[in-house]
Amino acid sequence: MSTEANDIDLLVNRRYEHGFVTDIETDSLPPGLDEDVIRAISGRKNEPEFMLEWRLKAYRYWLTQKEPVWSHVSYTPIDYQSISYFSAPKSDADRPKSLDEVDPKLLETYEKLGIPLHERAKLAGVAVDAVFDSVSVATTFKGKLAEAGVIFCPFSEAVIEHPELIKKYLGSVVPYRDNFFASLNSAVFSDGSFVYIPKGVRCPMELSTYFRINAANTGQFERTLIIAEEGSYVSYLEGCTAPMRDENQLHAAVVELIALKDAEIKYSTVQNWYPGDENGKGGIFNFVTKRGDCRGDNSKISWTQVETGSAITWKYPSCILRGDNSVGEFYSVAVTNNMQQADTGTKMIHIGKNTRSTIVSKGISAGKAQNSYRGLVRIMPQATNARNHTQCDSLLIGKQCGAHTFPYIEVRNPTAQVEHEATTSKISADQLFYCRQRGIAEEDAVNMIVNGFCKEVFKELPMEFAVEAQALLNVSLEGAVG
Amino acid sequence: MLEIKNLEVSIGDTQILRGLSLSIGTGEVHAIMGPNGSGKSTLALVIAGHEDYKVTAGSVHFEGQNLLDLAPEERARKGVFLGFQYPVEIPGVNNAYLLKAAVNARRKHQGESEIDAFEFLQLAREKMKLLEMDPSFLNRGVNEGFSGGEKKRNEILQMAMLEPRLAILDETDSGLDIDALKAVAKGINALRDPQRSIVLVTHYQRLLDYVEPDYVHVLSKGRIVRSGDKSLALELEERGYDWVQEAASA
Repeated sequence: MSTEANDIDLLVNRRYEHGFVTDIETDSLPPGLDEDVIRAISGRKNEPEFMLEWRLKAYRYWLTQKEPVWSHVSYTPIDYQSISYFSAPKSDADRPKSLDEVDPKLLETYEKLGIPLHERAKLAGVAVDAVFDSVSVATTFKGKLAEAGVIFCPFSEAVIEHPELIKKYLGSVVPYRDNFFASLNSAVFSDGSFVYIPKGVRCPMELSTYFRINAANTGQFERTLIIAEEGSYVSYLEGCTAPMRDENQLHAAVVELIALKDAEIKYSTVQNWYPGDENGKGGIFNFVTKRGDCRGDNSKISWTQVETGSAITWKYPSCILRGDNSVGEFYSVAVTNNMQQADTGTKMIHIGKNTRSTIVSKGISAGKAQNSYRGLVRIMPQATNARNHTQCDSLLIGKQCGAHTFPYIEVRNPTAQVEHEATTSKISADQLFYCRQRGIAEEDAVNMIVNGFCKEVFKELPMEFAVEAQALLNVSLEGAVG
Repeated sequence: MLEIKNLEVSIGDTQILRGLSLSIGTGEVHAIMGPNGSGKSTLALVIAGHEDYKVTAGSVHFEGQNLLDLAPEERARKGVFLGFQYPVEIPGVNNAYLLKAAVNARRKHQGESEIDAFEFLQLAREKMKLLEMDPSFLNRGVNEGFSGGEKKRNEILQMAMLEPRLAILDETDSGLDIDALKAVAKGINALRDPQRSIVLVTHYQRLLDYVEPDYVHVLSKGRIVRSGDKSLALELEERGYDWVQEAASA
């Protein structure tokens, strides 16, 4: 059907609406990486000695490692010496006092994106002094959290204020030797979030990076650590649907979750980094290590992710089901358009008895994009009665994209039950014609079909987030119609 | 209502309709019959605007307007409805959701406000009762895992909800058992209206026992070779298509 192919080309080649470049002053270290750079990073953050030591060990280990090449993505080699590893958030004194002092170019961008006025101030890094709505909201939230004994602060603050917790838990789920990018992150991580939920506490609100003061400017090597003590519960939201502005091409974040006995962590992500232009130029490389440890019996960790941005996504949020009866879940929607490449999935490592895991992965490819699911389900010998159900669906839009599935299943206990279902479908011309014959415009029909495809994942997201994610998906696939 | 003149249509290099003319007045029910491959479904899909079919000559006017200039969704919003021979499955998309979007697209075009959820549900339940459909249909994926008969009923439900000006039902009777056929016929008869025209594309006389057409046309090799009243359908049933085709080529 030649008309169909033409339409796809025409529509797919529309520009990413949120792509913009804004020149902003930064207080950065010169490009390059050696031990002095690491000392400088640590020094600027006034870190205690143990932190510097850990960074250096990670760096020395990283030097012995080679960049992994097994993923189904291709990109020009990264020159690690050409990257600047520190971009300081400005101190309050240096921050703009009001929006009047903010770079007009940046404000113009927010205008274009339709970001509400009170949120622009925070995004632009205006010094926080409880003038703006979002800030007062954040302050109120902080009070409520403190009352419950919940610690929610920038990672760098936790290093100084709660060194005993950092020493005990940092690297306990993702050791600095874990993989190339995790080693690099351990050596040079900039900042991130730290969350501690005390025993028996149900965190009184959903924690969102959005409400974390100083959330902007955490930089390219983010480090997050969440600890849920016995019997506690927390739901954490990462990212937002507003596109992330970043001049740094390489991102290598590490997230560690620890759920102790009877604890539950729900971690939701919406990622919308710049994917590059239609030729893939300028997009973000996102190499992330996310892992949760169900350390105690009856604990539960649930990952939900909606990935629409980045030129390259390399990400496998995983669960180690160590405690008996522990539960791991992974719900994912990964959208790739134009030249985007995503190699994403999960690992479920069953160690404890009666452990259960669920994997629901929805990959959507349009344009010339490549979308891969890579998942590992491993049942260890001692994990009696372990169960896994994996459902892995791919949806193709157009004729030049690809979907790939790489499931690995290792079962070392005969009592295990492991199920894997996979489907690949296309938005067919027949489906679109059917909707159009009912009076529904083509793009609305695509959105309807895509959202139907993702429904199982969206229902796992917190309510408002789900609505936003749905809208985001529509924007991401705008024009990808055939 | 619908005026087709000397219509020639090809798909790829194959010509399917070869100078077809047909005139359908407001409030009339026409049956188009013919053997396999005669071009019945092509005619239905061309009127609906399927882009695989290329119109190489002739014209199609709907209420005085050149239909061939309009996109499929525009035709639909103006009140042209096609009941598909093979309704497609759209997994995960809720039947009610599609139906509501379709109803609202039509209402918006007519300058009316969107239907509210309560009103929609009430209307849908009423129509489903008429078609002897279980209310749970609304919450299932569009045609997902439906039996052949369920799919056809679902088409009639959509027609009932959309209240089109012109409804073309492409082999809506095929694959139905007798109970389903009766329910579908009941649905169609309920929609007979002096302001609405209906075209039944069918292979067999069977449906016409329950929905009496005003006119019957026989399509053969891309042209209408014979027109008459409902007695023509009975004659076809008795004598097969061969005699009309022979008569036409003689």
